[in-house]
Amino acid sequence: MEDSVLTNGKTILETRALVAGFDGKDIVKSVSLAVPEGRITAVMGPSGCGKTTFMRCINRMHELAANAQVSGEVLLDGEDVYRINPILLRRRIGMVFQRPNPFPTMSIYENVVAGYNLNGARMSRVERDRIVEETLRRVTLWDEVKDALYRRGTFLSGGQQQRLCIARALAMKPEILLLDEPTSALDPKATAAIEELVVSLKGVVTIIQVTHNIPQAARISDYTAFIHLGELVEFGPTKTLFTVPKDKRTEEYLSGKFG
Amino acid sequence: MKSERTSDTAFRTLLVLGGIAVSVLLIAIFLSLLLASRGAIVANGFRFITGSEWDPVTNSFHSLAFVVGTLITSLIALVIATILALALAILMGEYFRSGPLSAIMRTSVELLAGIPSVVYGFIGLFFFVPVVRVLQAALGLPPFGVGMFTTALLLAFMILPYSASIAREMITLVPSDLKEAALSLGATPSETIWKVTLPYASSGIMGGVLLSLGRALGETMAVTMVIGNANVLTFNIFAPGNTMASVIANEFSEASSNVYLASLIEIGLLLFVVSTLINIVGKVVVNRMAAR
Amino acid sequence: MADTHNGAIGAASTRVRKMDAAVTARLRGDTAFRVLMLALSFIAIVPLALILVYIVVRGASSINWAFLTQLPKPMGEAGGGISNAIVGTVILIVIASVISIPLGILAGIFLSERSQSRLGTVARLSVETLMGIPSIVIGIVAYTWIVKPMGHFSSLSGGVALAMIMLPVITLATEETLLLIPMTLREAALALGVSYPRMITRVILPSGMSGILTGVLLAVARGAGETAPLLFTAFGSPFMAANIFKPMESLPHTIFYYATSPYPEWQALAWGASFVLLVLVLALNVITKLVTSRWKIQF
Repeated sequence: MEDSVLTNGKTILETRALVAGFDGKDIVKSVSLAVPEGRITAVMGPSGCGKTTFMRCINRMHELAANAQVSGEVLLDGEDVYRINPILLRRRIGMVFQRPNPFPTMSIYENVVAGYNLNGARMSRVERDRIVEETLRRVTLWDEVKDALYRRGTFLSGGQQQRLCIARALAMKPEILLLDEPTSALDPKATAAIEELVVSLKGVVTIIQVTHNIPQAARISDYTAFIHLGELVEFGPTKTLFTVPKDKRTEEYLSGKFG
Repeated sequence: MKSERTSDTAFRTLLVLGGIAVSVLLIAIFLSLLLASRGAIVANGFRFITGSEWDPVTNSFHSLAFVVGTLITSLIALVIATILALALAILMGEYFRSGPLSAIMRTSVELLAGIPSVVYGFIGLFFFVPVVRVLQAALGLPPFGVGMFTTALLLAFMILPYSASIAREMITLVPSDLKEAALSLGATPSETIWKVTLPYASSGIMGGVLLSLGRALGETMAVTMVIGNANVLTFNIFAPGNTMASVIANEFSEASSNVYLASLIEIGLLLFVVSTLINIVGKVVVNRMAAR
Repeated sequence: MADTHNGAIGAASTRVRKMDAAVTARLRGDTAFRVLMLALSFIAIVPLALILVYIVVRGASSINWAFLTQLPKPMGEAGGGISNAIVGTVILIVIASVISIPLGILAGIFLSERSQSRLGTVARLSVETLMGIPSIVIGIVAYTWIVKPMGHFSSLSGGVALAMIMLPVITLATEETLLLIPMTLREAALALGVSYPRMITRVILPSGMSGILTGVLLAVARGAGETAPLLFTAFGSPFMAANIFKPMESLPHTIFYYATSPYPEWQALAWGASFVLLVLVLALNVITKLVTSRWKIQF
C-alpha cells in the first residue's frame, strides 16, 4: 500500500485514514491521500471498489444516506471538513454526477445560477447575467445556447446537459470540482468534448475525477489514485503510475486482468 | 382437438363479454339517470341550474343552492386537507422514508382511509359540532354547531388520507439525483424540498388535489349528518346548508311527487357528470406525472 | 492560487460574505420547516386517532352477548341489540359478492389480457369511472332498476347497489395482480401444450390468488361500510332479516339511524354498532395485510 505522496505543488485536500461505509460494513478502508492543488487527479478502480463513496465523503454527501458511517479526517486547506458547516463546505466543493441532471423545472439560465438561487443570494440582474455568460463560455456552451437561455434545458443533448451541469457547479467558483464518472452516460463525441473541457480547467480549479475508464484516466489526469477493495493501492503522477506501477495489483488492473 | 378449440373460443368470448359487461354497466347507469330524470329536466328547464329555490310544495325545483353548498364545503375542505396532506406526504416521503416511525404513519393513514363515512359522521356529530358551537359562540355567531364550516372541517379529515397517499407517491417519484444536485450546491434539506422537489412533483400533486375533490364531492353520509340540511342558498359558511349528495340522501325516500323524485334524480345526474369529469382530468394529470 | 478565479475578486468576496452571514438564518429556517411539517402531520393524524380510541373504548362497553343477539327494542326502552343489523350486513354482502366477485374477476382477467385492444381501453376507462361514482348515485340507479318496478324496498336492490360499488375494486385489483405475472410464465405453460383457458385458470389465476383475494377483501370492507346506497334500496327495518324481497337493516344504516336520533338509549346502540363495524373493517384490513405477506408469490 502506497503512502500519500506529495510531488510538486501545494496540497489542497488531504484525507487521513478515512473509513466509510453503510450499516456497519466498511466500503472505504482507511484511505490517506493528498490531492495537489490546481491539477487533475483521477481516482480509478474496478466497480464497487469504493471510489465513489470516497469522493462523496469529501463534500459530505455520503452522510446523507441512511445508516452511513464515516471516520477519519478530511482536510480542506488544513481545515477539517467535518467541523465546517456542510452548506458552506458544499459551496467550496462542486459536484457533477454520472448522469446529467439539470433541474427540469428551471431554464438554462436559472440552472447556471441555481447554486446562488438555492442559497438565497441576492444579486443584481447584471451580475447574474455576467456569471451566466462567463460560465457558459468557460464550458463552451455559450454560443450554442445564448439564444435559448430562457428555455428549459431538457432539449439539450446529453453532452450539452452535462456541460450545463459542470457550468452549474463552476458558477459557484468552487475550490475543488468533484466529477463522478461524468462521461459514462455519454456517447464518444460528447465524451471527447467533456474531456477537453476538463483539461482546460486545469489551474482554474482542482479536479478530482472518479473513473473506471482506464484510457480516460491516462489521457486527462496529472495524478492518479488506484483504489481496490476500499484500499488506496497506489498514488502518483499519472505517467509514472501507468508506465512503471509500483504495486502488482496496479499492474494487473491496468493490463485488464480484473475490472 | 376440436373440442379444445371450441372451449378455447368459448373462454375468450367469455372474457370479452366481461369487458363488454362493465362498459355496458357504465352506459346503463348514465342512461338510467338520464331517463329517470327526464320528466324533471323538461319541467325544470335550464333554470334548474341557475335558480336557487327548492320548494316541493309548489313543485319548484332548482339546484343552485346545493351546487354552491357542495362547492363551499368541498373547496374549504380541499384547502385544509391539501395543507395537512402535503405536510404528511413530505414527512413520509422525505424525512422519514423508512424505519418504524414511517411504518406507523403509513399504517395509520391506511386505517384512517378505511373508516366508513357514517362513522365519520358520528364523530362529526359528537366531537366536531360541539367544538364548532363553542367557536361560534366565542365569535358572536349563532351557535348552530352544524353547518357548512363543520362539514368542511370533517370532509377535510375524510379526504386527507387519500390526498396524502397520492402526494407521497408523487414526491417519491422525484429522481434522487436532482435532490442530490441541489444539496451538493449547498442547499438545506428544506430548501431542496421547496425549490426542487415540490416544483417537480407539482403537476402530480395538482392531479391528486383534483382526485381528492372528486372524492369530496361524492361524500354523503358524514355531510348529511353535520350540515344542518337547510335548502337555502347562502354564502355564509357558518350557516346550515345542503350539498347535492346530502339533499338526495335526506329527501329521496320522502319524495311525494314524481317531479320531486325526478328532480332529485336530476341532481344525481348532475353530481355524476361533475365528479366524473373532475376524476378524469385528475387521473390524466397524475398519470402524466407518473410517466415522466 | 486566488488569482485563478476570473471576475472581480472584491465583488465576489462581498457576495460570498453576504451569503455566509445568511447561513445561520437558513439553518434555523430549515429546522423551523421540519418542526412545522411534524406539527401539521401531528394535527392530521392524532385527533382522529384519539377519537377512534374513544369510540372503541365507549363502544366496547356496550358489547355483550345480548347486544349482539337481540333485536332493537322500541324507542324509550333500554337494552336491545343489533342482531338484525349484523345479519343484514352479512346477507347484503353475500348478495353483492355473488354478483360482483365472478364478474369482477372475469373483467379483471379481460383487462390484463386484452388491455391494448379498443374494447380493453374502453372497458378500463369504464371501470375507473365506475370506481369514482358517488355511492348515492349508485343507490339511485339501483332504485330505478329494482325498487321502482317492485314497488317496495328490498335487500336484493341493496345487494345490487353494493355489487356495483364492489365491482370496480375487485376488477382493478385483479388486473393489477395479473399484470405483475411475467409473460414468461404464460409462455412456459403454452409451450407445454396447455390450452389457453387452462393456462389462465390453472396457472395464472392461482399465481395471482393473493392479490385477487386482497382485492375482494378490500371490496368487502368498502361495501360493508357504505350507507348511502342503502338509504332507499334496502332501507332499514327493526325486524330480523328474513326475506331478500323485503327491506333489511344493516350495520351502517343502524349507526346512522340511531346516531341521529334524540334518544340516549338508541345513541348507545350507535356507539356499539360503530365499534362492531370498525372492528369488522379493521379486521378485514389486517387480514388483507396477512394474506399479502404470507401468500404473495414474488416473481
